[in-house]
Amino acid sequence: MRKRSQRLWLIGAAGLLGVAAIALAASGLKDTVAYFYAPSELVEKNEIKPGQSVRIGGLVEKKSIRHGADGSVLFRVTDGTNAVPVTFSGLLPDLFKEDQGVVAEGKFNADGELVAKRVLARHDETYMPKEVYEAFRKKAEMEAAAAKKAPGT
Amino acid sequence: MIAELGHLLAFLALASAASQSLLGFTTGGVALRRLSIATGVLTFAAFLCLIYAFVTLDFSVWAVAHYASSLQPIIYRVAAAWGNHEGSMLLWCLIMSGYGAAAAIFMRADVLRDRALGVQGLLTTASLVYLLFASSPFARLFPAPLDGGGLNPLLQDPTVALHPPMLYLGYVGMSFVFSIAAAGLINGKIDREWAKRTRPWVLVAWSALTIGIALGAIWAYYELGWGGWWFWDPVENASFMPWLVGAALIHSLIVTEKRGGMAAWTVFLAVLAFCLSMLGTFLVRSGVMTSVHAFAVDPKRGLILLAGLTIAGASALALYAWRAPKLMAGPEFDPVSREGALVLNNLFLSVGAALVLIGTVTPMFAQALNISISIGEPYFQLTFAPMMAVLLLFLPLAQQATWRRAEISPLVRRLWPAALIALVASVAAYFVVGKSIWIVPGVLVGLWVVLGVGTDFAKRVGPGGLGRVFRLPLSVWGMTLAHIGIGLFVIGATTETVARQERTFALGPGQSAHMFNWDFRFDGVSDGDGPNYYATRANISITHDGKTTIIHPEKRFYSVASTSTTEVSIRKTLEGDVYVALGDTLRDEPGVWRIRIAKHPLIDWVWGGALLIALGGFMSLASRIRRRERVTEAAAETPPAVATGDGGEPAGATA
Repeated sequence: MRKRSQRLWLIGAAGLLGVAAIALAASGLKDTVAYFYAPSELVEKNEIKPGQSVRIGGLVEKKSIRHGADGSVLFRVTDGTNAVPVTFSGLLPDLFKEDQGVVAEGKFNADGELVAKRVLARHDETYMPKEVYEAFRKKAEMEAAAAKKAPGT
Repeated sequence: MIAELGHLLAFLALASAASQSLLGFTTGGVALRRLSIATGVLTFAAFLCLIYAFVTLDFSVWAVAHYASSLQPIIYRVAAAWGNHEGSMLLWCLIMSGYGAAAAIFMRADVLRDRALGVQGLLTTASLVYLLFASSPFARLFPAPLDGGGLNPLLQDPTVALHPPMLYLGYVGMSFVFSIAAAGLINGKIDREWAKRTRPWVLVAWSALTIGIALGAIWAYYELGWGGWWFWDPVENASFMPWLVGAALIHSLIVTEKRGGMAAWTVFLAVLAFCLSMLGTFLVRSGVMTSVHAFAVDPKRGLILLAGLTIAGASALALYAWRAPKLMAGPEFDPVSREGALVLNNLFLSVGAALVLIGTVTPMFAQALNISISIGEPYFQLTFAPMMAVLLLFLPLAQQATWRRAEISPLVRRLWPAALIALVASVAAYFVVGKSIWIVPGVLVGLWVVLGVGTDFAKRVGPGGLGRVFRLPLSVWGMTLAHIGIGLFVIGATTETVARQERTFALGPGQSAHMFNWDFRFDGVSDGDGPNYYATRANISITHDGKTTIIHPEKRFYSVASTSTTEVSIRKTLEGDVYVALGDTLRDEPGVWRIRIAKHPLIDWVWGGALLIALGGFMSLASRIRRRERVTEAAAETPPAVATGDGGEPAGATA
């Protein structure tokens, strides 16, 4: 085997694998990315579609926690203006409480409830999930945009 | 007083590290050796001072006041010393300077060692500067509080107490790999000798990293209460990327050491492994990413870390770009050969690491464009898993290929039984376990690796029988164990992921749940308490096959931090773990509790596999040490020229 052909097949193999990997990554990203929403975005823009997988963040609405007969739990995630109902059939994290930051991941069912696969709460007393902050930031942005529009119309 | 002493010692360590780097680039010699050891000893002494402050609860120290409390048991006071940002940075410095000291003791004195100690001195200096001026663990607090905030209750657990030291031993250990690579580049000599002397350091760091990652996974499995052990979370990926690159490096070093090839690529991987470690630290510490387990985040310091990462990475790559073209290419080889197989291994592992990197940082870049996305398990299962599956399909073949040029037909003749058994067993697994078609590739690949590697091992033992088993070189043992570990891990991980069963029940006292032929009767809860928490203990009797045992999953409330944790009960069976966790009580029906029951099949194969991988790494390391001794002994008896021969090669390695 000559040196040149050795280099050729090395580059060929690496190139082929690289292309395969890029294709894989691109299709993987396209199919599996979950978009993050604030409750207000979902409700006001009518983004709640059955089967859509999303990640939402906000606070657990006060007095919204209910237990289903099958051991599941229902609650609402709010950003202060709008709220989205969530059902979850696993055990809630230890720091899950009313009026505390929470992130829920899952898909919407036909009733417009988010069937959560995963619910994350804070891990420690001083830490707030970035998404919760983000949810309030988005809400504030939307309100600011609405306020700007209102005087003109 | 002790805190000031610690502070002073850290400053002395800084001075020592700075002089170490000066001497490393100039005269070297005995003075350099002593200084490198001194840097390690001084940092260690400073670290002991911090531990002392934590154990004696000196609340006038800021870190102690925030992360320890009087009711905390001693071992968690010690663990609290590195359970916070400042303390963990001191641990970082300790391990970095410790590697320098170890190298000063164990490496032969020559220009490669001197330059490596010099680079390590530079890195240590930078870390100590960051520690002392941006995040000192010895900072005082006035007035001192009467009691402290305590360590996060989730972290008050034996496995996670050991997790940071092991993890750091791993990824700070990559700093020395980086140093020795930089030293080789500065000298312009990346040759077989360089590879031989680099390999032990990679093996130590990588094996420790394996254990560190496994400990984290075990902790997540039983402490978070949901039974998951790997979430493809940014924090986890941060340690997994250096692991993948480290694995690639271990394999490419073999080519460089035995054949003198792939030198430029090997040294590039060595630089990359450390850059990824630092990137990981940045991702974890800066809070730029949302993570399930973000502890101790601070954006401002994140920027300093990013700057450090950029400087170290850029200068190493510049050095690399300058020297790499001059590195030799090594002898030629056929695509079908051991070299070819190892090239393939490296391509796949690096592409795997790249896929993980893409999945980890894409949300961060999307954030900059004001799009919030998250990338989770589905992405990694779709991209990373198939890449690794293909890689593992090649593993048994690669292990038995010969250098330069390999014949396929003897391999096929030897390995077809393994392939056939794996194929049959994987199809059988689908009919027994069912659930998902994905169990087939998992069991197929895993079993193929285990049996294929076993076949190879049997061939190496040869007809000599049991007597020869223990006379095989440790390096063969290391390789065999690590590869079997990978196979077992894949079988365990796939089965656990596919066939995991879980359900949550709402049970009142006296009520029973029935799941997978087990009966769980809930007999109410009782109170208990520990040193620094109150516990609600459930009494659950479980019946299976006529035998009844009582288990007590707990909910603990830590009053100091006003948080609670879940302590699950796990019953080990041959098929896997039966896992019971106590949830919350229903508000409208007091006395009724939510209880999560799950079965995690073959979960021990996951832990066992990881353990074997680490053990394999340590055995390969031991083979180095033994060979070194043998060489030294031989050198004492015979002229040195004879002693440098490659005495303890794996049987198949020299063909």
